[in-house]
Amino acid sequence: MSAVSPPLAMVAPSPTRPWMQLRVEIVLTLVGLLAFVLFPQDLGLLTNIATMSIFALSLSLVLGQAGIATLGQAALYGSGAYVAGWTALYLTADPIVGLLLGALGGGLIALLSGAVMLRATKLTLVMLTIAVAQLLLELANWARGLTGGDDGLAGFNIGPLFGIWEFNFLGHTGYFYALGALVLVYFLVRNLVESPFGLTAKAIRQDPGRVQALGGRVYLHLLAVYTVGGIVAGLAGALTAQTSKVANLFMLDFTTSAGVVVMIVLGGTRRLSGAVLGTVAYMTIHHIASTLNPHHWLFFIGSMLIVVLIVLPEGLIGLLDRAMAYAKRLGARGGAK
Amino acid sequence: MSVALLSSILIDGITYAMILFMITVGLSMTMGLMRVVNLAHGAFAMLGGFLSASLPQRLGLPIGVGFVLAIVLVGLAAVLFERILLRRFYRRDDLDQMLVTIGLMFVATAAVNLLFGSSVTSVALPEAFNGSVDLGFRSIPRHRLIVVACGLAVVTILWLTVDRSSFGIRVRAAVDNAPIARAIGIDTTKIYAATFAIGAALAALGGIAGAELLPMEPTYASKYLVILLAVVAVGGNGNLFGSFFAALLLGTVETSMKYMVPQLASAAFFLTMIIVLLVRPQGLFGRQA
Repeated sequence: MSAVSPPLAMVAPSPTRPWMQLRVEIVLTLVGLLAFVLFPQDLGLLTNIATMSIFALSLSLVLGQAGIATLGQAALYGSGAYVAGWTALYLTADPIVGLLLGALGGGLIALLSGAVMLRATKLTLVMLTIAVAQLLLELANWARGLTGGDDGLAGFNIGPLFGIWEFNFLGHTGYFYALGALVLVYFLVRNLVESPFGLTAKAIRQDPGRVQALGGRVYLHLLAVYTVGGIVAGLAGALTAQTSKVANLFMLDFTTSAGVVVMIVLGGTRRLSGAVLGTVAYMTIHHIASTLNPHHWLFFIGSMLIVVLIVLPEGLIGLLDRAMAYAKRLGARGGAK
Repeated sequence: MSVALLSSILIDGITYAMILFMITVGLSMTMGLMRVVNLAHGAFAMLGGFLSASLPQRLGLPIGVGFVLAIVLVGLAAVLFERILLRRFYRRDDLDQMLVTIGLMFVATAAVNLLFGSSVTSVALPEAFNGSVDLGFRSIPRHRLIVVACGLAVVTILWLTVDRSSFGIRVRAAVDNAPIARAIGIDTTKIYAATFAIGAALAALGGIAGAELLPMEPTYASKYLVILLAVVAVGGNGNLFGSFFAALLLGTVETSMKYMVPQLASAAFFLTMIIVLLVRPQGLFGRQA
């Protein structure tokens, strides 16, 4: 029977060409360095793009891979930011300790809220994620002694990175710190997604019932994925708080959750590289359009979202794939001549 | 608790609940009928509010006529949106539906800002709505009474329509099983468009009636989106009375907390929602999926 298709071939990592496996990490590093050389006056924006990319990666893992529908990812991001701020204020100025504690904070919130929410599906799940984020936002607004309320948590100092590089007004340290974290997180998340753990998450997205029937523990697995997503989002929040020296209520806001969903949809939900590409596109458009007029920016992003959803359901990364396939075909034809 | 406080809580809570109900009932109906999550629903209420604030002045109409015109225009805009854009997304997954409607909400926010400016716009009410009614032990602003009357009228008329009219029978058939409804000759396409338009028009009514409590500004659609979705989720989508009682529950919880512990009013609102959804994931009146 030729109709029976063979099991999807796993792309075997080729031991002779490890750079092929690391190609996105290498491209990220090179583009990051190039951007540093080309736009030295926009380091603040570039740092933001790097930290938001990490945040988008966390969502790409949770939503793109495991299919956990969430519009409350900001809960995890904001928690990481506040924990990093508290660490700097009350514990130590060391950035790495703050970063790790922020990641733990995000992971803890994800574990606690996920344990309650993840038995629900679809719209109920979306609403629960929104409600949890709103609840945290209201609590943070109420506990102004701890969080600074509307003014945000500021006035903390971040010590030099590894005890060597100072975070100064030029922002060089901040940028390389964020870029380094992005490349490292990308590497770790990619390996996780390609592992049996990640493949099971994908299987749950496609058919939770079948995974259950095969003996998979759907709820526990989703909880694990959500917690890892929380760790990554918390890390992104901590990084944002450290590089911008402030943690505020906006980081817990619904707009932040919705924004990051828009980013990964623009780039492509099913691929990690789509998350980074979408973030770069979104933040660049935001930067250019909002300097013209803040409401034109909403008009632009809104219509772009609608167009992408109709014309390019797989996101900008799909466009890139098509362009590359086209180039390859052209190259093959040229070689055959 | 004093009688004065209790009566204030009840009056404001029920008024707020009726506004929430009028805005959300259309959202709940379209979710039950087309299984589409329309995050741009608040934009219809916003559009209604802004049109009713500007039309009477610009066209020199009496305020009441302006209100009706605004509601009709919102209904027409909703039909266009459903026919041109939304129907392409009926077969897509939930997330894509949410995102395309978020996109529309962004566009609507930008458009309203461009047309009406970025400040809060107040909706002028007809003379008959001002003043207050004396009940002996206290007086009630007439506006509150009219809003509550509107809400009760909407729930009654909708119930009669859905339960008694032939249109209602077709709607219920389409909610229960759309393919079979089509097979026996019910034009579900028309039903979808009509329901969507009615829902949007009711949202516009709620937006106009509630402009005193939920003021009209360009960020209206996103600002109150979460609250509207909460009412639908708690009520159970596609259920008329679900929306009604969910609005009453959430409205009175938030209002009573606003009187007693104002800082925690929103927190109490969302906590109530989380508890209800944990106990009944399909909502108060929703059916098991």
